[in-house]
Amino acid sequence: MRVAVSASGQTQLDELNPRLGRCEYFVIVDDVSGETWAIENTGRLSTGAAGIATATLLHNHQVDVVITGNVGPNAFTALEAAEIKVYTGTKGKVQDLLEQYRNGNLSKASGPNVGPHGS
Amino acid sequence: MRISIASGKGGTGKTLVATSLALSLMDQPRPVQLLDCDVEEPNAHIFFKMKQAGSQKVFLPIPKVDYDQCQYCGKCVEVCQFNAIALMKRTLVIFPDVCHSCGGCWYLCPTEALQPTPREVGAVGISQSGSFTLVSGTLKLGTHISPPVIKAVRAKEDPDSIVIIDGPPGSSCPVMTIVDGTDYCILVTEPTPFGLNDLVLAVEMLQVLGIACGVVINRDVPENDIIDRYCEDKGLPILLRIPLKTEIARAYAKGITLVESDPHWKPKFLELYQRVVREVAQ
Repeated sequence: MRVAVSASGQTQLDELNPRLGRCEYFVIVDDVSGETWAIENTGRLSTGAAGIATATLLHNHQVDVVITGNVGPNAFTALEAAEIKVYTGTKGKVQDLLEQYRNGNLSKASGPNVGPHGS
Repeated sequence: MRISIASGKGGTGKTLVATSLALSLMDQPRPVQLLDCDVEEPNAHIFFKMKQAGSQKVFLPIPKVDYDQCQYCGKCVEVCQFNAIALMKRTLVIFPDVCHSCGGCWYLCPTEALQPTPREVGAVGISQSGSFTLVSGTLKLGTHISPPVIKAVRAKEDPDSIVIIDGPPGSSCPVMTIVDGTDYCILVTEPTPFGLNDLVLAVEMLQVLGIACGVVINRDVPENDIIDRYCEDKGLPILLRIPLKTEIARAYAKGITLVESDPHWKPKFLELYQRVVREVAQ
């Protein structure tokens, strides 16, 4: 299973960037192999609807779970269709959020937690 | 004659000028049309207690998928410049509020799995009293692309009438849509740094579009020449000055137009119109 964290840098020591559609990178951890790598969030370069582009990117990278801060209505709809589960945290390093997720201390989003950002 | 009214900054008095200008032209031989194109917050109707004669819905096409035809090739996703379509597993997710109705997806779909279907984006209402017509556009709640509704209002323009178009603030697409093809644009501003800043943007936009313009200074105060200096520098005519007066604000806040609250403004608005006609003729 692949877990992605929206981050401002490329390692587990970098901070969570709570803006799903506009974060710089996703740090991805594969639960089974234990491998960690980062992908650039090219979705953030969209002039509008960055959340949808970002969800497509995560889908293309076969991500199963995304940990982020804020998820808007369009991004949530897209992630739901891609069967990507969304967990939300507030702040901390990528490794801290992964730890909280593994311990069941992060809440699973059942809907968007912020309003539309416009497009 | 088609006159657009813009401002740059919001709340400077576009509707105040548009409504009084329209009322001052009632005695003219030609009929008068007032188009309320501030479709996100239309309010000109408040000043005219007229009954709406009819209303038409405005639709835009958005794609609808026929899953029996879809081959999940992703061509539509690739074509869409607005991220309005996402292909997730075996689902094509369409985001109507992101779609700009360009038609690229249904034109280029290799199996014709996408077909345009109408989506309501707003309405156009028409009220009439004698030779005066008020056309108001309203953007549907939750929709944020206003130019199609503005264009639907402007489709009601009568070439034999004096057409006054009251627009939204700003200087981007919605405002460009209201000034497009008009003979003249009246820019209503206020003598503040904010009024000037946005006036400059509006003037620059009009220069790009090649539309002649002049300025009305609202809430004018004698000791302040911030707008005058800019207009002098740019060679822009100052068409009218409306002073900063509590009585004007008080009447307007009750939904009474300037020319109705103080009839001595009527000849001034008539002169404003004649000045615009002369400017256009030049």
